Amino acid sequence: MIAFLASVGAAFLGFLAATGRLVRFALMGLAAAFSPPFYPRLILRQIVYMGYFSLPVVGLTAIFTGMVLALQSYTGFARFNAESAVATVVVLSVTRELGPVIAGLMVAGRVGAAMAAEIGTMRVTDQIDAMVTLSTDPFRYLVLPRLLAGLLSLPLLVLVADIIGVFGGYIVGTFKLGFNPSSYLTQTETYLETMDVVSGLVKAGVFGFIVALMGCYHGYHSRGGAEGVGQATTYAVVSASIMILLSNYLLTAAFFGK
Amino acid sequence: MSDGAASKNAILKISVRGLRKSFGAKCVLDGVDIDCGVGESLVIIGGSGTGKSVLVKCILGLLHPEAGSIRIDGVETVGASRAERTALMHKFGMLFQGSALFDSLRVWENVAFGLIQGRGMERAKARRIALEKLAAVGLGAEVGELHPAELSGGMQKRVALARAIAAEPEIIFFDEPTTGLDPIMADVINDLIIKCVREVGATAVSITHDMVSARKIADRVAMLHKGKIIWQGPAGQIDDSNNPFVDQFVHGHAEGPIQMELRAV
Repeated sequence: MIAFLASVGAAFLGFLAATGRLVRFALMGLAAAFSPPFYPRLILRQIVYMGYFSLPVVGLTAIFTGMVLALQSYTGFARFNAESAVATVVVLSVTRELGPVIAGLMVAGRVGAAMAAEIGTMRVTDQIDAMVTLSTDPFRYLVLPRLLAGLLSLPLLVLVADIIGVFGGYIVGTFKLGFNPSSYLTQTETYLETMDVVSGLVKAGVFGFIVALMGCYHGYHSRGGAEGVGQATTYAVVSASIMILLSNYLLTAAFFGK
Repeated sequence: MSDGAASKNAILKISVRGLRKSFGAKCVLDGVDIDCGVGESLVIIGGSGTGKSVLVKCILGLLHPEAGSIRIDGVETVGASRAERTALMHKFGMLFQGSALFDSLRVWENVAFGLIQGRGMERAKARRIALEKLAAVGLGAEVGELHPAELSGGMQKRVALARAIAAEPEIIFFDEPTTGLDPIMADVINDLIIKCVREVGATAVSITHDMVSARKIADRVAMLHKGKIIWQGPAGQIDDSNNPFVDQFVHGHAEGPIQMELRAV
């Protein structure tokens, strides 16, 4: 029994220590934003890489999600003669939940993994140490641009994903399910509130920050050559995905909980 | 401190006392004491895994020792703040074992990196200096436009050397500068190190187990074994050290007091 309690205690202490290291890493990265030198070109490059180049994959995911959502909700609502609610369900689901969550998960897979691999390779080949010896702070040069890019680019990406997702629902609703285009759009617009979109964009900012943070953190602490970099990449994607889903619940509860 | 000791310290560029560093249960540096004078070329020799790189990384501030003192120009650096450490880095140049070139940047951007990012120099001016340093290590301007992956190992070492001297540092560290190179290229690198260090007027600390390189570039040699400096003296005395560990290492004999830790299969 004592051994069991000891192992639970050790695991809990390990969790607290890991959380502390992660928070310290994030604060060190963000602290670099408050003193020069600044690297606006690097931030812009990361925004383009993280946001613009993720558009195809996020757009494709969003349009199919909107289409499936329209199809499934029609099947369900038809049993209660509530087919007219399809447009409302699609727009609320996409803007509040599916847009940010799916974009976050796709970006975690595409960008978070690449960040961990790039920074991890720099770590195991001494490039980060070389950067320090060249009087350049890696938190300022590598971490901060990625954190800011995650924070800024995901909301823009999700805004586009929202539009594409709603458009996917519109295509299925009007071309397959026989809704009147005008009434579908009216239903979409009538029940959509500013808060629905804003909450989704706030979530997107948080998810983008999480993706960048986990990519940088695991890459920065990778050890042991190619195997270590591979491990860092896996950890970055898995931990970012779990944290996205966990924080999604917490943010939803904060915005809409009673 | 006596007046004599104070005046001796005044001309020491690097002074390390009682340095200890462990990784878990493994003690890598166990009370290292070593000095390096202004303009001196110190070479630290020792087998693989004896802590040579760890010692240099501690002096650079890339690793934090558990105990001991490291003074640069008489100023204690152990426990220095981030700002103090960044200022201190302006004095250092480092050539890493694997060159550690930034593979996403072109060669001239690698050489100019410390000037542009670390010192805020204008890109055009930094590029001009980078091309001068590349020329100093025998590489043409056209190489400056390539990426590191397009270069041979010897050329990468030369670029790394150009990067290490670009900001004309006061102290340059060389980590295994000739490892992995053929003997002719290794000699070219040795000559470049001597030439560049003299031109810059820097103090040099090199770590190597290449005795040809050590004999060529060293003013003074120190041997690290099991976390301690077991011998140090002028490079010319290395064959007359009367130290069995040094003799075995210098002549590369398998038999002797240094036993390789081999695990039975």
